[in-house]
Amino acid sequence: MNDPVTLYDVALSSRLLLGTARYPSPAILAESIRASGCEIVTVSLRREAGGARAGEAFWSLIRDVGVRVLPNTAGCRTAKEAIATAQMAREVFATDWIKLEVIGEEDTLQPDVFGLVEAARALANDGFKVFPYTTDDLVVADKLLDAGCRVLMPWAAPIGSGRGVNDAFALRALRAHFPDIPLIVDAGLGAPSHAALVMEMGYDAVLLNTAVSRAGDPVLMARAFALAIEAGRAGFRAQPMTPRDMAEPSTPIIGRPFDRLA
Amino acid sequence: MSATTLQMLLDELGYDEKTVGTALNQEFVRARDRAETRLCEGDAVEIVTPRQGG
Repeated sequence: MNDPVTLYDVALSSRLLLGTARYPSPAILAESIRASGCEIVTVSLRREAGGARAGEAFWSLIRDVGVRVLPNTAGCRTAKEAIATAQMAREVFATDWIKLEVIGEEDTLQPDVFGLVEAARALANDGFKVFPYTTDDLVVADKLLDAGCRVLMPWAAPIGSGRGVNDAFALRALRAHFPDIPLIVDAGLGAPSHAALVMEMGYDAVLLNTAVSRAGDPVLMARAFALAIEAGRAGFRAQPMTPRDMAEPSTPIIGRPFDRLA
Repeated sequence: MSATTLQMLLDELGYDEKTVGTALNQEFVRARDRAETRLCEGDAVEIVTPRQGG
């Protein structure tokens, strides 16, 4: 592990976090997790008819794959709902990690940042390690850190949209403003090149779901994203050259044949 | 339903207590408190299990 990312004191070699929803089959989900090389997958809690055992089968599959889980509070619309969901998740999944979502608007699934900060503070005070799904707003990011978050997860674009980075300036500003906070781009990426771009910006990791699960070949796409994230990270560490407006010869001028000596 | 506690309700519905989370009127109820958690007419009970998520 020569370039680990550390999230709440856990060092990870993979900078890809993968969602587990909307795959064509449980087998393809398991194979996609393996192909991605990820060490963290997101999971959720839902109601189930008493006789059904879908939840049990899913949880068994995830345990067999052997990755760490990050439960979410997806679908929660108030801080109160999100707090209760997080508490249930801590007991069911036996982890104090929580991907905190408080949704404020239906069309964009934009976070309700006021409810988010309120829930983040309550959960952090209760011993949770909060991964807040937030916008790219600098002030909200500051409030979340003040509330006790030690990782931030800004969106690139609305959940499931596959648009890629909507506002590169905002993401760059966030990165520049919080150089030492682990920043994970969560939501809105569609293609491996989108992931490479945010990694080149210096983001620490990427969380994906729909871009992989709804691809024609999810397993191959999981691998493609893993490669793009690794390439983008290496590109960031290697410090890209500064772009210029005009050409600059890459081949040395001195000694060029047919050149007249002055 | 004849259950008078949350635990009785879970038993009646056939849940495996190890893999469910519970809440009563939007407040979390710990597994160890279910047997003492009495249900009243009109209570909103949430019983959740692991599921795929993004």
